[in-house]
Amino acid sequence: MNSTERELLQLIEKNGRLETTTIAKLMGISEEETKQILEKLEKEKVILGYSAIIDWTKGTEEGAVTAMIDVKVTPKRGVGFDKVAERIYRFPEVKAVYLMSGVYDLSVSIEGKTMAEVGRFVSEKLSTIDSVISTTTHFILKKYKHDGLVFSDNDEDKRIVVSP
Amino acid sequence: MITEPTSKYLSNTVQSIQPSGIRRFFDLASSMENVISLGVGEPDFVTPWNVIEASYHSLEQGYTAYTANAGLFELRKEISRYMKRRFGVTYSAEEEIVVTVGASQAIDLALRAVLNPGEEVIVVEPSFVSYAPTVTLAGGVPVPVNTYSEDDFKLQPEQIEAAITNKTKVIMLCSPNNPTGTVLSKGDLERIAEVVEKHDLLVISDEIYAELTYDEPYTSFPAVKNLRDRTILISGFSKAFAMTGWRLGFACGPKAILQAMLKIHQYTMMCAPTMAQHAALEALVNGQKDVVKMKESYRQRRSLVIHALEEMGLSCHVPGGAFYVFPSIKKTGLSSEEFAEQLLMKEQVAVVLGSVFGESGEGHVRCSYATSVQKLEEAMRRIDRFLQTL
Repeated sequence: MNSTERELLQLIEKNGRLETTTIAKLMGISEEETKQILEKLEKEKVILGYSAIIDWTKGTEEGAVTAMIDVKVTPKRGVGFDKVAERIYRFPEVKAVYLMSGVYDLSVSIEGKTMAEVGRFVSEKLSTIDSVISTTTHFILKKYKHDGLVFSDNDEDKRIVVSP
Repeated sequence: MITEPTSKYLSNTVQSIQPSGIRRFFDLASSMENVISLGVGEPDFVTPWNVIEASYHSLEQGYTAYTANAGLFELRKEISRYMKRRFGVTYSAEEEIVVTVGASQAIDLALRAVLNPGEEVIVVEPSFVSYAPTVTLAGGVPVPVNTYSEDDFKLQPEQIEAAITNKTKVIMLCSPNNPTGTVLSKGDLERIAEVVEKHDLLVISDEIYAELTYDEPYTSFPAVKNLRDRTILISGFSKAFAMTGWRLGFACGPKAILQAMLKIHQYTMMCAPTMAQHAALEALVNGQKDVVKMKESYRQRRSLVIHALEEMGLSCHVPGGAFYVFPSIKKTGLSSEEFAEQLLMKEQVAVVLGSVFGESGEGHVRCSYATSVQKLEEAMRRIDRFLQTL
């Protein structure tokens, strides 16, 4: 990956909504070149998607409950953890799955409308998978920071309007 | 009981100084709502967290007392290492560095340490608004030398020659410059150096924006051959490390001058705030990555703004450093004051009128691009719309 590609990725990682024209002007390259780089990086699956980080607790109950679940599994012969991880990440409720070192194997992040809904998913879908030995569910009580973004309203410009 | 107006007690020197032109404009802009400000001469980043933490730690450890007058020795040693590492200039932490309350105090100390009443200081304009008044307060006489957009606001050596009299003692340089963003290259500095040496002048080189240069490696004035011992280098933490409110700067220079500056500093200021000095130490030791990140962001925004100004037909040289653009608004037929005021009233965009930076700033406005991309784009749309109405 060259430095132009890296610079572009850093820009859209911070703000996926940046217009192609703005990216081009910020980087001092042409719009055509910007589009080509974006297409290339999308094709190579370096850019996997463009999403928004939303504070669901504001004004809606949609996806307002998030849980992190520690999952211990028995790895299947020949496919290790990958197959069971795949079975888990295919569920639409699952937002993230990571293979971990330490006392458990997979870390699974779930989002639901209510705690009961998350509970149902764990007891009915996750725990019933053959390879799953045990689960420990931790509900997130409050989000302070996610993906580098702070969940706070306190971001006003504290500078005076005109200064030397 | 005092019945007379108390202004009769004011010194003639203070009365001879005009309040900053920025002040009046600040009052006007502050009274309005929905203003996008391009008038701010400071980073839009908050000081990096590790630096803030270092000041908490300093207080928790009970460092609430004075430090040495010249500043914490650890900090001076780190400044010495930093100057060597970044700019290739060597200063003794014991005798050639003083930590000050912002770069502004360092400038004040330098001028007061070297000027006798009536001695002249060449001030390259457009310049930071404080230079000329600080010269006057120190008993000197500021002699403005204008630079122009046609020369990319670069000082020409023959201009210095023309301004020199038998009272000239000091020349004040600022590169990258506030408000023009102009950076003097190594070659530019070498040409200036010849005149400085020939006329035995002292240079006060304000390099507060040195970390924020975008196109070529930065040359510090004392790094130019034979110039170290006739230069007082002024710098600080405000711009590069986003620490404007901490008020922490420093001066480096030849021992005799720095010790004279220290004398004034110890009788007037005692020392810079202790917790800010600990924060600055952390900034120097572990802050370079943040500097690079912030600089990258400024570079991108510079590109955005220059592009937008070009599209709307406002001519502007590409500034090599700092975070200002200084476009010409001459083609509108408005003075910089009229332009700034009308733009503020009609489109709620605050820029700084070029004339506050000196006579040659007239016909220009200073726009800071140290603000978010969204605000910059909106501000540029509004300026464009404003230009259509003229």
